[in-house]
Amino acid sequence: MKKSEIRLDINTALARKILTSFIHSEVTRAGFSRAVVGLSGGIDSAVTCMLTAEALGPENVLALRMPYASSSPESLDHAGLVIELTGVQEKTLAITEAVDALLEQIPAEQRVRRGNIMARVRMAILYDQSAEFGGLVIGTGNKTEILLGYTTQFGDAASAINPVGDLYKTQLRQLAEALGVPEVIRHKAPSADLWKGQTDEGELGFTYELVDQLLFLLVDRRHSPEDCVSAGFEQRFVDTVVERMRRHQFKRVMPPIAKLSNRTVGYDFLYLRDWGT
Amino acid sequence: MRLAMAQINTVLGGVQANLEKHLALIDQAQDGGADLVVFPELSLTGYLLQDLTAEVARMADPQDPLLQPLLDASRKIDLLVGFVETDARHRFFNSAAYLAQGQIVHVHRKVYLPTYGLFDEGRFFAPGAEVAAFDTRLGRLGILICEDFWHASPPYTLWLDGADVMIFMSASPGRGLDTEARLESARWVEQVTQAYASLFTTFVANIGRVGFEDGLGFWGGSIAFDPHGELVARGPYLDEELVFADLDQQQLHRARARLPLLRDERTDLVARELQRIRSSEPAGLRQLGNPPEA
Repeated sequence: MKKSEIRLDINTALARKILTSFIHSEVTRAGFSRAVVGLSGGIDSAVTCMLTAEALGPENVLALRMPYASSSPESLDHAGLVIELTGVQEKTLAITEAVDALLEQIPAEQRVRRGNIMARVRMAILYDQSAEFGGLVIGTGNKTEILLGYTTQFGDAASAINPVGDLYKTQLRQLAEALGVPEVIRHKAPSADLWKGQTDEGELGFTYELVDQLLFLLVDRRHSPEDCVSAGFEQRFVDTVVERMRRHQFKRVMPPIAKLSNRTVGYDFLYLRDWGT
Repeated sequence: MRLAMAQINTVLGGVQANLEKHLALIDQAQDGGADLVVFPELSLTGYLLQDLTAEVARMADPQDPLLQPLLDASRKIDLLVGFVETDARHRFFNSAAYLAQGQIVHVHRKVYLPTYGLFDEGRFFAPGAEVAAFDTRLGRLGILICEDFWHASPPYTLWLDGADVMIFMSASPGRGLDTEARLESARWVEQVTQAYASLFTTFVANIGRVGFEDGLGFWGGSIAFDPHGELVARGPYLDEELVFADLDQQQLHRARARLPLLRDERTDLVARELQRIRSSEPAGLRQLGNPPEA
């Protein structure tokens, strides 16, 4: 297969039907009827929020905006557009005070550490609001970031269920358009907005469009890295992505438990989460 | 013959709740004038059972408290249900039981247990060892469970054994999203189901389940084809529904008058060639994955 022939186009109506059914099923069988979504102003959480509102009804969804002092004001506005569009319930809880108390000990140049603190404080607030609102936390991580490990473990990666985790970023963009996510959100540069000027593609060193094509060949189509080079991807790029995937496997699995007994959680104590429901 | 395809969601490991849903749908099917109501694979237990397999298993015993109410119901309408069967030696099977007139008429144990990709059935189930048609008041039928019909030989065997209606029971996790309106898994199943009806000039119906088990969504899409390979009825994707299909058994006569594939089938040739391939060294044996017989 040639690089130019790789297509990640999806039937968005089918994806929408499956994902809204999934959200409704997995929230209600866990004994809930409501959900909480962290709304960053970006495309992933916009899509997640819209799917969740459609699945459960907007009155049953709480969208949380959690800005930090340095967060772009645009992010807040863009999240506001989604709240307006969907009619979900909304709360804005600034994380500045809580984060600053923790950041005191962390030098300014250690941006990743500081970014992780922000992501994990947001997670703590989401789960606290989950208890107050009586709703499950819906995840917003897409397949690209999960495979690349471009997430904060126990931070933005934490959720009860994740409807969008099997959609590459470029596929999620198609779904966003079909759902009517405002253009201004769909067309801005993706960013975790953990520090000023941060963009995903700047930090990763490649575009989503390019890496999604490579991941699709490697993961979905089970091609070897050598095949991918023959298809037209640069060797160094392929090596970087393959190694990134391997190195971040720890973020994709539960912590391994050291086996001692004859029956151990994770190895031979095997039940789905939906056990009995 | 009026077939009711009960395209349902199930409770994972919740046998009692599933039984109640079966009884409700059996009533509906009867009200709709059905002669036979078919449920999907593992309809009484749910599909991704893992360690629940042993916990929900039961003997195919008419005295079993799960089967008793179903056997009672079978006095009014024929039933085909999916369950985890255990034998006297405590081997567990992915089984389907045909119940009629208060009797267990036939039990099919799934022969091909998918153990690859997202599937892990071979870890929990023992494989069945028989593919056989059986007689009912509605004619001679054959049952296959999901992966059984991904292989060409079980439908072929049922055809030779006299099954004029093939019933496939599925719990197929949806996968393969692209630009098409149907998932790749749905397209594949519908294609082969239709192909079997055409190739064997027989009725073929596939009864699928819906709902989710964790992240796996079952796509439903129950479907029935006639002996010409033409669509008789189809259910929705992803939603529960009781789908009725009227199978005009006179069509067998017309289809086989037009296309006498069954008459012309050379079973002696097949048996001979299979024997040759099985005994040829070494490639034939390796291809079949069978050890040489001592």
